[in-house]
Amino acid sequence: MKTIIFKTASTYLLPLLILFSVFILLRGHYLPGGGFVGGLIASIAFVIHSFANGLEQTKSLIKFHPGFLMPIGLCIALLSGAAPLLVGQSFMTGLWFEDPLPVIGMVGSALFFDTGVYLVVIGVTLTIIFTISETL
Amino acid sequence: MNNPYIILPVIFQLFTAVLLLFFWFRVNAQRLITIICSLISLGIAIWLLKEVYQNGILTMQAGGWKAPFGITFVADVFSATMVLLTAISGMAVAIFSTGSIRNARLKFGYFPILNFLLMGLNGAFLTGDIFNLYVWFEIIIIASFVLITIGGEKAQIEGAIKYVTMNLLASAIFLTAIAILYGMAGSLNMADLSEQVAQIENRGLVNVVAILFLVGFGIKSAIFPLYFWLPASYHTPPPAISAIFGGLLTKVGVYALLRIFTLIFIPDAFLSNLLIVLAAMTILSGGLGAILQVNMRKIFSYLIVCHIGFMIAGLGIYTELALVGAIFYLIHDIIVKTNLFLVSGLIFKLKGTLNIEKLGGIYKKYPKFSLLMAIPLFSLVGIPPLSGFWAKLFLIQGSYLEGQYTLIGFILLGSFLTLWVIAKVWSEVFWKDAVNLPKKINVKYFRELKPLKQWAMVIPIVLLAATSLYIGLAAEHIILLSKQIAAELIDPSAYIEAVLGSKTTMP
Amino acid sequence: MELLLVILIGLLYASGIFMMLRRSMVKLIIGLILLGNGANMLIFLLGRIVKGKPPIIESSAKMLTEIYADPVPQALILTAIVISFGLQSFAIILVKRAYKITDTDDLDELNTTDEIYE
Repeated sequence: MKTIIFKTASTYLLPLLILFSVFILLRGHYLPGGGFVGGLIASIAFVIHSFANGLEQTKSLIKFHPGFLMPIGLCIALLSGAAPLLVGQSFMTGLWFEDPLPVIGMVGSALFFDTGVYLVVIGVTLTIIFTISETL
Repeated sequence: MNNPYIILPVIFQLFTAVLLLFFWFRVNAQRLITIICSLISLGIAIWLLKEVYQNGILTMQAGGWKAPFGITFVADVFSATMVLLTAISGMAVAIFSTGSIRNARLKFGYFPILNFLLMGLNGAFLTGDIFNLYVWFEIIIIASFVLITIGGEKAQIEGAIKYVTMNLLASAIFLTAIAILYGMAGSLNMADLSEQVAQIENRGLVNVVAILFLVGFGIKSAIFPLYFWLPASYHTPPPAISAIFGGLLTKVGVYALLRIFTLIFIPDAFLSNLLIVLAAMTILSGGLGAILQVNMRKIFSYLIVCHIGFMIAGLGIYTELALVGAIFYLIHDIIVKTNLFLVSGLIFKLKGTLNIEKLGGIYKKYPKFSLLMAIPLFSLVGIPPLSGFWAKLFLIQGSYLEGQYTLIGFILLGSFLTLWVIAKVWSEVFWKDAVNLPKKINVKYFRELKPLKQWAMVIPIVLLAATSLYIGLAAEHIILLSKQIAAELIDPSAYIEAVLGSKTTMP
Repeated sequence: MELLLVILIGLLYASGIFMMLRRSMVKLIIGLILLGNGANMLIFLLGRIVKGKPPIIESSAKMLTEIYADPVPQALILTAIVISFGLQSFAIILVKRAYKITDTDDLDELNTTDEIYE
């Protein structure tokens, strides 16, 4: 699939799709979206790039092994889930900052949990796809 | 009573696993972290049991959503005991793994996955929501899939195919049962289901769902017609992995059966008889299978099947006394089975084989080890002061009072078959004269290991042997504990009230 | 709609079990996937199907007064799909590895585990 049209398109699609995935991640709490879908979109961005330019190109673009995103994401999700325990609330209870931040809106522990999920999904999906396409 | 900290055993295991993921390539750091964290989680488990024993049933509503709408976590004495047993065998296996598992396997994330497995077990024991139980079961099986295939030897992969297929099938059946249950009762909270299911008039459909649950959990806990995957797969992975599988994975199925069939589906005459027949057949087939085998780990695999039958028998009789027996047996079995597989691992490192016909002379060469290994072997049989005896006493007493004389026959037969098998193992492996074995190149023998690794393999066996001696010699503590658990299981009103609070009218 | 789903679920279960009973490893995995999909559809059906009534409370109201679609089964199905995605991808890789090692697709040839006497 190394046509010039696809190659050129993928260079522009990559940043667009990643931006879109962040948008999906941030609108997730009250509207359709969230970390899981956002993570899948972000990993699709990289998969399209690897289809167009080859696996090695994408790997050198990412710089580190995507598997490292898994512990980082899990760590963020776990900490945001366990944070309510420090104030004597149940696990996973939503804690919210008083005032909304500009652009992002209300920020709470749910956002951090979703961010964790987002990173884990990118890490897992890219690891699976890279591993399978390497061994094929 | 509400206590948000009862989820700690789950969170801490997850924390350990995540921490270990950061040290993916640094195997020695992983060893150290695993041992330290397993000690801490043992402390947490002891704290949980103490807390539950003093304050009664503790609950936690995840995310602050009220039961029956949110996911509830419940720690009653049964759950807390199981969490403690998980922590004990988890610690023993973690220490044993630091000595026995090769670095090549450790580099594929053995320790993080082991901790994910323990997290799943703790979650399954603590949850009070039937769909959440399904999710924990899936976490357990996906972790166990990785553990059983790690290393990728031919036998391992073939065993894994059988193991994976049966577990996926069990999950599909479990999910089907949940679907029908949700369609009937409109709830997923187990305490709420207990009340809703009792009001359903179509008892036939309720029994069908009960049977679906029985089949689903029956595959996982290896009861009579559904056990064939177990002896085909449990002897293939390294001994430390077999130990955690044999000790805990089938028992989590038994735990789920005990929980579901005392809380949601109270056995009627039909279910009760079915369970008793299945128990008798499980005892018989497991015992007879064990006689035929010559591989030590395969013998122990069949004995797992045989002894699952004792616990199902206690559930089938369904009196408080019989349940005391079943729960005592469960407690004893987790510790002893874990220890037996660790012992088989140590014997393999000593001799380089597990074929009991080729083994021999261990008593002459290693008298102290033999004495140590005798404790789990004879606890399993139930020689009077040791731990297996008391459980069988309660089971036999329970079935005698209910007039189940045939079942008593099967329980005694199962005990004799176990005695025969263990006596055979003892005389072949320990008393028989040593056979000259050719030295194997790909086996790292015990005497070639560094002293630290040697100790890492002996200490967990000593710890578990001491625990099983404690269960046998200080049986009154365990009997007290089992009696309280059985009383809570027979009369679940305290459980329901702890979860749902005072009676609320449903909209 | 219900009748159609009932027939579909029956077909999925039946074909799933039929495929599992074949001797090929690949067909075994396909059977497991079909069975899992059947179970998901069953949850969807037994959660009662309500058309065009999302469980969203208007900002002026405090609670739902009319009949509404139950959101729980959809959450359950989503969870089950994600879980089965992980399990099935593992199973597929396992079968691929097993095919490489044993050089056969026939389940009856997998006898190594019965022949270990070591």
